[in-house]
Amino acid sequence: MPKPVLSIDNLKIEATAYPPGEAPRKITIVDGVSLSLDKGKVLGLIGESGAGKSTIGLSAMAYGRGGIELTGGEIHLSGREIRKAKGRVLRSLRGAEVTYVAQSAAAAFNPAKRLMEQVIEATVSHGRATRKEAEARAIELFHKLGLPEPETFGDRYPHQVSGGQLQRAMTAMALCPQPDLVIFDEPTTALDVTTQLGVLAAIKGAIRDLGVAALYITHDLAVVAQIADDIMVLRQGKTVEYGSTEQIITAPQEDYTKALVSVTAKEHTEKTSDQPPVLEVKGLSAEYRGMGRDVLSDINIAIQPGTTLAVVGESGSGKSTLARVITGLLPQKAGDVTFDGRPLSHDLKGRSRSDLQELQMIYQMADTAMNPRQTVGTIIGRPLQFYFGMKGAALRARTIELLEEIELGAGFMDRYPAELSGGQKQRVCIARALAAKPKLIICDEVTSALDPLVAEGILKLLYDLQAREQVSYMFITHDIATVKAIADTIAVMHLGKVVRYGPKSSVLSPPFDDYTDLLLRSVPEMRLGWMEEVAG
Amino acid sequence: MNSLVLKLLVQRVALGLLLIFLVSIMIFLGTQILPGDVAQAILGQTATPESLANLREELGLNVPPLERYLSWLGGVLQGDLGTSLTNGRDIGASIADRLGNTLFLAMWAAIISVPLAIILGLVSVLYRGRWPDKLISAVTLSAISVPEFMMSYILMYYVAVQLGWAPSVAMLNDRMSLLDKLHAISLPIAVLVMVVLAHMMRMTRAALLNVMQSAYIETAELKGIRRSLVIWRHAFPNSIAPIVNVVMLNMAYLVVGVVVVEVVFVYPGMGQYLVDHVAKRDVPVVQACGLIFAAVYIFLNMFADIVSILANPRLRHPK
Repeated sequence: MPKPVLSIDNLKIEATAYPPGEAPRKITIVDGVSLSLDKGKVLGLIGESGAGKSTIGLSAMAYGRGGIELTGGEIHLSGREIRKAKGRVLRSLRGAEVTYVAQSAAAAFNPAKRLMEQVIEATVSHGRATRKEAEARAIELFHKLGLPEPETFGDRYPHQVSGGQLQRAMTAMALCPQPDLVIFDEPTTALDVTTQLGVLAAIKGAIRDLGVAALYITHDLAVVAQIADDIMVLRQGKTVEYGSTEQIITAPQEDYTKALVSVTAKEHTEKTSDQPPVLEVKGLSAEYRGMGRDVLSDINIAIQPGTTLAVVGESGSGKSTLARVITGLLPQKAGDVTFDGRPLSHDLKGRSRSDLQELQMIYQMADTAMNPRQTVGTIIGRPLQFYFGMKGAALRARTIELLEEIELGAGFMDRYPAELSGGQKQRVCIARALAAKPKLIICDEVTSALDPLVAEGILKLLYDLQAREQVSYMFITHDIATVKAIADTIAVMHLGKVVRYGPKSSVLSPPFDDYTDLLLRSVPEMRLGWMEEVAG
Repeated sequence: MNSLVLKLLVQRVALGLLLIFLVSIMIFLGTQILPGDVAQAILGQTATPESLANLREELGLNVPPLERYLSWLGGVLQGDLGTSLTNGRDIGASIADRLGNTLFLAMWAAIISVPLAIILGLVSVLYRGRWPDKLISAVTLSAISVPEFMMSYILMYYVAVQLGWAPSVAMLNDRMSLLDKLHAISLPIAVLVMVVLAHMMRMTRAALLNVMQSAYIETAELKGIRRSLVIWRHAFPNSIAPIVNVVMLNMAYLVVGVVVVEVVFVYPGMGQYLVDHVAKRDVPVVQACGLIFAAVYIFLNMFADIVSILANPRLRHPK
């Protein structure tokens, strides 16, 4: 029997933590993970952020980011032990026998060098081909991966091509040295859903044609189901479940895997309201200074009290710009915004305090939306002081009440944002928005940066709060599953226009317009063979 | 060259010219509020009120400031820097030689210090946190911490007086060969190199380390490329803009800030000329020197910005 391309036995990975005011100590990141990968096979590593997926992936190159050390176990690459190998040996393997595709290709390419030079660099420097052969091979790969004008594609600089194209170019870079193993680290996570499908199909085709082994790291079970032969589910650095893709998807054994498999299945029936809309946007268009074209054109939408409008579209479709216009950060070029029956000033300066109070916003990155030097109590208390002039015991009581509403409780009053998890941070941001007693909250991709199970909790909280407080949401997202879970009305945006608008049930049922059809078809479904059906 | 880059370059050059114009106003105003009086300085203690008034009239000191500024500016634009109040000579002619000498000294200090600083910066990043890095930082920082005049006298005492390897006074004349000239100014060059080296080397190191955090550096490391090549091929091209900026600041300092070193080594450059005439309250000379120094400073910084613009691939190759 031939040796597996990669076998990992009882791997232990540690990092050194430097807690302020305490002695440095070792923390275990990965513990007791074992796996084996044969030639031509794809193993999916799946788990939440912090589960150790990327760390395990990079250990196949005996590489540890920052202060990470591979402290125990064995890693065999094509039969050779590499965990204890010397730097010189590792350099000869990296970029030659094992290559890496990073999550953000946009950051992983050197902005000062042409793509071709970077794609063939490892192949040439390891002597796996002459420059000429490598260039020919790269052009062939560009062709195979569906890049435009493969002959001249390599002459461009990274900023001259799109994100999806860069991700394909990075795949070409990894395949160019003809390695035995490729590590794909969330290669489609940063892409739009319609782009993701194409890249995923290109990667799968290339892996199949070249017969390389691959480790495919992702947090999206539906994606990995399309590409992997086997799946390993990880949590907190330990293996939860390891089996064939079919077994994991159709017959998960562990509770955690079951929760992952069923996470996107939630849906609720839409609410309607016959009261006058809380927000009405008529004939709105907007542009950014110096761009010379409209970023938004002729937008007409309305939100009823106590309901949720989901604005869905890809990056660049104008979703966030719409939010900026409604909040007054970007004055519109034409059209009107009516809020609670009164027209809103185009400019932020022209808005009254009650306009500001009744229209709140929650952001995607809870991290950067909070002052890291303020406690949770101060952050939530600030709108109470500012809008309602609360002080002392009343302020404290109301802050605790809000903390209880977001299911955190009084114990969080004196914590700093750095001491909270991603989901807790987003809850604090929700409480801060609620503190102002708003009529409408604009939620801009509030669950996009969160792990699926945490995101589910946030959606449920928002849903419960709506039922209790009768607040309306404008929910900006690129994720159809989120839309299904929370929306009453849907606006589909594409290139600055609303291409489809109406109650959820009618927007999500045929007949579809071309774009909505593409969008809905591109969402990975958690079943085997889905990609073959849609990608043909 | 595309139109966007051209537009940015034209804007930058226009801004440079505007700055020189504003600086000329500031220099003029600055010299007006200088304490002391040139007539008093020329005639000394024995001056009578009548002779002072006569001399002022003769030197044109009674004309209103705006009128004097305009006639000065008009002269400068035609290449006439005016005449010295104290010795009556044409300032342009007196400065030409001395400016040449100053630029000669600054140029050789730059030719040695700039490549040296960048190489030391690259080496210290390559051996980050290990002894070569620490040694380079320790030596260059010690050199910058010693005042220039003290460093000058220390070198003069040991190298010139004790060892006799180089002259202690940097005198130049036209009959000297290039090698003789370099020998004559070797000590001032050494002092200037030590003064500017640390700043440029530390900034090169910081700019490189900043870029070394980027994801594309990890990509290069995962390609199995040697660390020295990763730094040279992937980090350095992306650090050019900050490095060029600090290099130009230091070059400007070499031209403008050499006053102390020139005086210590009795070098016949701009610095000494300026110091002599400040002492004599010779306003036209001070104005001319100030304007030339400002122009050098602005020009070098403008040059740094132009290099930064040209080094940016996003500007050179738009979508």
